[in-house]
Amino acid sequence: SPLLFSPSSQPSSSSSLNSVTSSFSAMEISPGFSPWKSYNTFAFSAIVSLLLMLPSDLKSCRRVASKTFPIKTSRIEFDLPDYSVRRRYQDFDWLRIKLEDSQPTHLIPPLPEKFVMKGVVDRFSEEFVETRMKALDKFLKRVADHPVLSFNPHLNAFLTAKDLNKRQGLALLTKVGESVKHVAGGYKIRARPAEFCAMGEYLDTFSQKLGTIDRIAQRILREQSEYLTELRQYGAVYSSWAGSEEQLQRPLEGVAGCVTTSCGALEDLSDNMSQDFLPVLREYVLYIESMKNVLRKRDQVQAEYEGRLEAAVLRKQEDRTPIPVEVEKCQDKVECFNADLKADWERWQRNKRQDFKQLLTGMADKNINYYEKCQAAWESLITLLQEKQTEDKTSETELN
Amino acid sequence: MAEDSKEDSVASNVDSDQQTPDGSLNNSVLADGSCLLRRMEICVAEAEKRSGKNAVSMQETFTVYLVETRPIDATAEGRSPPPDSLWRRYSEFELLRNYLIIAYPYIVVPPLPEKRAEFVWHKLSADNMDPDFVERRRIGLENFLFRVASHPVLSNDEILYHFLTKEHGWKEMVYETGFQAKADSRLRALSATFRVRSPHKRLVEMKHYSDGLQSHTAQLLRARTRVADRLYAVYKVHGNYGRVFSEWSAIEKEMGDGLQSAGHHMDAYATSIDDILEEEEHYADQLKEYLFYAEALRAVCRKHELSQFELEMASLDLISKKQQREELATGVCHTNINLKQYAMLPKACK
Repeated sequence: SPLLFSPSSQPSSSSSLNSVTSSFSAMEISPGFSPWKSYNTFAFSAIVSLLLMLPSDLKSCRRVASKTFPIKTSRIEFDLPDYSVRRRYQDFDWLRIKLEDSQPTHLIPPLPEKFVMKGVVDRFSEEFVETRMKALDKFLKRVADHPVLSFNPHLNAFLTAKDLNKRQGLALLTKVGESVKHVAGGYKIRARPAEFCAMGEYLDTFSQKLGTIDRIAQRILREQSEYLTELRQYGAVYSSWAGSEEQLQRPLEGVAGCVTTSCGALEDLSDNMSQDFLPVLREYVLYIESMKNVLRKRDQVQAEYEGRLEAAVLRKQEDRTPIPVEVEKCQDKVECFNADLKADWERWQRNKRQDFKQLLTGMADKNINYYEKCQAAWESLITLLQEKQTEDKTSETELN
Repeated sequence: MAEDSKEDSVASNVDSDQQTPDGSLNNSVLADGSCLLRRMEICVAEAEKRSGKNAVSMQETFTVYLVETRPIDATAEGRSPPPDSLWRRYSEFELLRNYLIIAYPYIVVPPLPEKRAEFVWHKLSADNMDPDFVERRRIGLENFLFRVASHPVLSNDEILYHFLTKEHGWKEMVYETGFQAKADSRLRALSATFRVRSPHKRLVEMKHYSDGLQSHTAQLLRARTRVADRLYAVYKVHGNYGRVFSEWSAIEKEMGDGLQSAGHHMDAYATSIDDILEEEEHYADQLKEYLFYAEALRAVCRKHELSQFELEMASLDLISKKQQREELATGVCHTNINLKQYAMLPKACK
């Protein structure tokens, strides 16, 4: 049976960074630890299906003393036993940095935005927490889906350790790991293979298009909101008119009711757009950035190899020093990196197609849903008006 | 009594306007077949642009409408002779209506479609020459003729009959009736509103109702305009998706076709709003008809007030003249008019 990651959100008592007692090494995986074994097998061979399960009693997070932070829980179910760990966004961030450092040749999926402006976004609102949770769920799913990343010991620690010993300093740093890697600097790449050039161009254009779509979607949201305001006022006029009519009262109230229903349906559509559609777009922009970083790293590795090779060749020409082993190791590195990258690229493209197919069909479905709701309301009104018409006709013939 | 029957005409006129556009009637009040529409098919079939010289010899472009008529018994016998027809301008319809209003002050005369496009949302052409506007006006003029020709009183009017059948010389005929001289001064009518002593209860109710109806329909029309404006914007912004999906499809392999097609659908969606909103204009036209109907009702109430005011003044005059005659006969002079005379007023007016 498949492995289930179920992010859910529950309040937690304060857990300051100072209270981490267990050390990382103590929680290191022991072979006898059965969940780890079964997880490993599943992650590689089976389809990892991840469900986003929101507990019905989703409570907003409590503010504790002077510290306020959102808490998120990953609940991981195996065959037996049930297992759950509590993780914060910080922990996900730690995991990502660790993965990037330990697997520099691979594409690590993105996390949702780390920093949100206080006062602009409510970090404790249900909507924000839900959106973030879905993104974190996706992150884990993608990592678990990856044939190499899923075996990473840091992932294992993340999933099983009671408390992560993150070595405080590291958790607070953003991209330190990445910048450390680029100390290699000073080497300029000579001949980037065409396929990697093509990847770079694709990513640039794709990112640009996603940005445009994001802006259009935001504009639509604004226009829909203005439309909603006017529509509400429009419905109100029918209601007020109904108050001064006798025979026409029910029909006019009926129209007002239809307009109100349409307003509700429109609100749902707009909410969905901002909660489900836009976040995915933005996440892919981050994903593209990650991919571009990996391409840059690859360039660096190739540049380093080219630089060393050139230096070694020159030396050989001068005093017949043989080409050092390091240079051959560099060549291996380049070839490995290229192979890993190509494999990741294919996988990423596949996932991208799937994700966007889902996204765009979802958008179409929600729109259809909106129109269906409106249509149903108006059709029921027509029935009501037709009934009234026959009512009026019979009462007229009775009078005459 | 005369006044009661006038009230009935007013009442029945307000109720009798239930007919379907094909001219068939469903109101039993008209079952006696006295109205013109029973004897004659009428329609406003077409509209055409013309140019000519106007009253001050300046070149102008205007629209004329083809009014077709055909006696009903002709088709009933299975024959289908071609209809008689003539061309009329909007201003001639206006002239007809102004005549009817003055000639039948106690009747709520059906309204014409608006002279100029009002309550426009900004993309809609406010141009009187716009083909959509002309088409809707044609429908409105036809509706006007249906309503007038199915009215028990109005439909028997000679001027109406000649409007439908006599292309040339009709205008002169109307002016010869001298109706313009009988038009009330607006100022007199207004002052009458405030000085009527015992206003008729039903008329007061009608006045309030017509004010309410005017206010509500006007509000509704304005709100609808704003909604149309916003909805237009929503649809049009979706059109931007069309271009970006198309550009995106260029860099994709497997997804390319799907995205391209999605882009086309977005374009189609964005253009669909034009027809939707044009159709909604027909709904707005029907609201406008009742906005103008409310104005016509108000006008009848106003005329009634004026008549009542004049009657009250005349009665007062009569009382004072009688009093003078008495004084002259008996030699006794009354210096004050006592309040009893005002108490007599309602009886005098009935």
